[in-house]
Amino acid sequence: MNEDPLVIAGRSFRSRLMIGSGKFPSARALRLAIEASGAEIVTVALRRVDLGKPDEHGILSAIDPKKQLILPNTSGARTAEEAVRLARLAQAAGFDPWVKLELTPEPRYLLPDPVETLRAAEILVKEGFVVLPYIQADPILAKRLEEAGTAAVMPLGAPIGSNRGLKTRDLVKIIIEQSNVPVVVDAGLGAPSHAAEAMEIGADAVLVNTALADASDAAAMARAFALAVEAGRIAYRAGLGPTRNTAEASSPLTGFLDEG
Amino acid sequence: MTLRQELEVWPSRRISACIAQARPEDVDAALAREERGLSDLFALLSPHARPRLESMAREAGRLTRRHFGRTIQVYAPIYISNVCTADCPYCGFGARSGSTLKRVTLAHDQIRAECEALSGQGFENVLLLTGEAPKIATLEYIAEAVHIAREYFASVSVEVYAMTREEYQLLFDSGLEGVTLYMETYDPENYARLHTVGRKRDYDFRLNALERAGQAGARRLGLGALLGLFDWRAETVWMALHARYLQKHCWQGAVSISFPRLHHVPKRFVVPAAVSDAELVQAMLALRLILPEAGFTLSTRENAATRDRLLPLGITMMSAGSSTRPGGYTSRANETAAQFETEDRRSPREVVRAIEQAGYDPVWKDFDHAFGSSG
Repeated sequence: MNEDPLVIAGRSFRSRLMIGSGKFPSARALRLAIEASGAEIVTVALRRVDLGKPDEHGILSAIDPKKQLILPNTSGARTAEEAVRLARLAQAAGFDPWVKLELTPEPRYLLPDPVETLRAAEILVKEGFVVLPYIQADPILAKRLEEAGTAAVMPLGAPIGSNRGLKTRDLVKIIIEQSNVPVVVDAGLGAPSHAAEAMEIGADAVLVNTALADASDAAAMARAFALAVEAGRIAYRAGLGPTRNTAEASSPLTGFLDEG
Repeated sequence: MTLRQELEVWPSRRISACIAQARPEDVDAALAREERGLSDLFALLSPHARPRLESMAREAGRLTRRHFGRTIQVYAPIYISNVCTADCPYCGFGARSGSTLKRVTLAHDQIRAECEALSGQGFENVLLLTGEAPKIATLEYIAEAVHIAREYFASVSVEVYAMTREEYQLLFDSGLEGVTLYMETYDPENYARLHTVGRKRDYDFRLNALERAGQAGARRLGLGALLGLFDWRAETVWMALHARYLQKHCWQGAVSISFPRLHHVPKRFVVPAAVSDAELVQAMLALRLILPEAGFTLSTRENAATRDRLLPLGITMMSAGSSTRPGGYTSRANETAAQFETEDRRSPREVVRAIEQAGYDPVWKDFDHAFGSSG
């Protein structure tokens, strides 16, 4: 896949699978899942990290900064101001100036707030951050964020942790069709087949967390997702045939028109 | 409808009748459904669900892991005052019926010392507690305590007397994350019998407190009934109604539920409706099945073995190494009154090890100074 890298903000990645680091039973389980997945982007909730103290057993200990980009995220933030504050703290603590915007003011479904997300993106882009916003599968919002200068858009497939799959398929297709920045399907992908489906319709990458963290063998599930993402990408590039409701006869009725 | 009106639709007689009507096949149907409602809760609380506890436990574990992952948040309570003007007969803080030991309200430097001790153990999440004494542990005093605690911990919540929306607002301006307030018992008559003194007599003021806290900006709203004061099935239904009401009316607040069982009570008080282990488990599992996104908190009122067994059944937050007397982290002296005797006396390290052994990640920090007004 080296001839087909994922490029975000000028940086190339071989893997199109991103990993969320919450919900794992231990740092060790997370590390094994990351290794098995080949992921090069791992997102970390800043609210879980103590930026002032070294992190011997925590989430960051599971990530190898030489192999994976740590993508700090703002989950838990309810307003643009809180998200901006978190992003600045992360940068001051020495992280790359990349941030995944997660503004989820409602704790049950953790759906993203479009208004606060756009506001935060506008501020952080101006400050030089590479901004990847988690959003509803809203094609207009995706365009507005792209215009604001975000490096990608990350529409949800279904609510976080729901494992329901690509429920937003039709809207994600419109986003993909219209987008000039990479489209990463984030949240809700509960099985490798869901990830393959997102890649087949042209998503540039997917992000998964719960489906790995909750598997009895997280590393094996991570490998399965990696294969599915790769298969879906190859299928997309190969050009999938259109689906039909009826069989196509191999001896067509109008075949005589081509004869003699 | 107000919360009071919603609860009045379901008096205990009607709840008992609905639970009595549930059939074994209703339990099966409730278990099979993906989204569950009140009639499912009645079935899951019925005696017919008792043989199905194992299936309920598996489903509860699955739902909890889906929303919260394999993680358990760790916190510690800090009792800053044990002075109380209420006289709840079941509580060690009761003005007359409670402990005869010393009543103290920690000075600011003593609060600081308690914070330092807990911070040194790794805590990032604390719950500040007082009795019902607004003239001694005043609003301003509690606000200053929140402010001090926020210097040491990422997350600070309070469990104090019921306040007005404006009073809660002041605490959130000091950096508060959440409010916990137990209704003790949701049954109005039972409540009136047990609470005869002071402002706590006002059932509605207490019932509506969490809604006011949510309107003032609480990110976490903790509710609970003291299990043992009334029929546990009715209290469980009322907790579910309260949780759903808060989820709709305070949409930015994460609702959590506690299951405080009365074990140690003042001498002359007899627990009127003691709850067995199996009943506690059934209440927890039934609630989890209809409230998949609610946090479940387990304190050191339960002993170590019980806590370890309850952990995978839906718990999302546990206290560790708790002291229930003011100054308890900096002084070993036992001359000040405790609210209740803790059953799980393990150190925070030991509790964390038990969480890890159960296959969960103990989470010390799940909030950040960047959040809230003081960030």
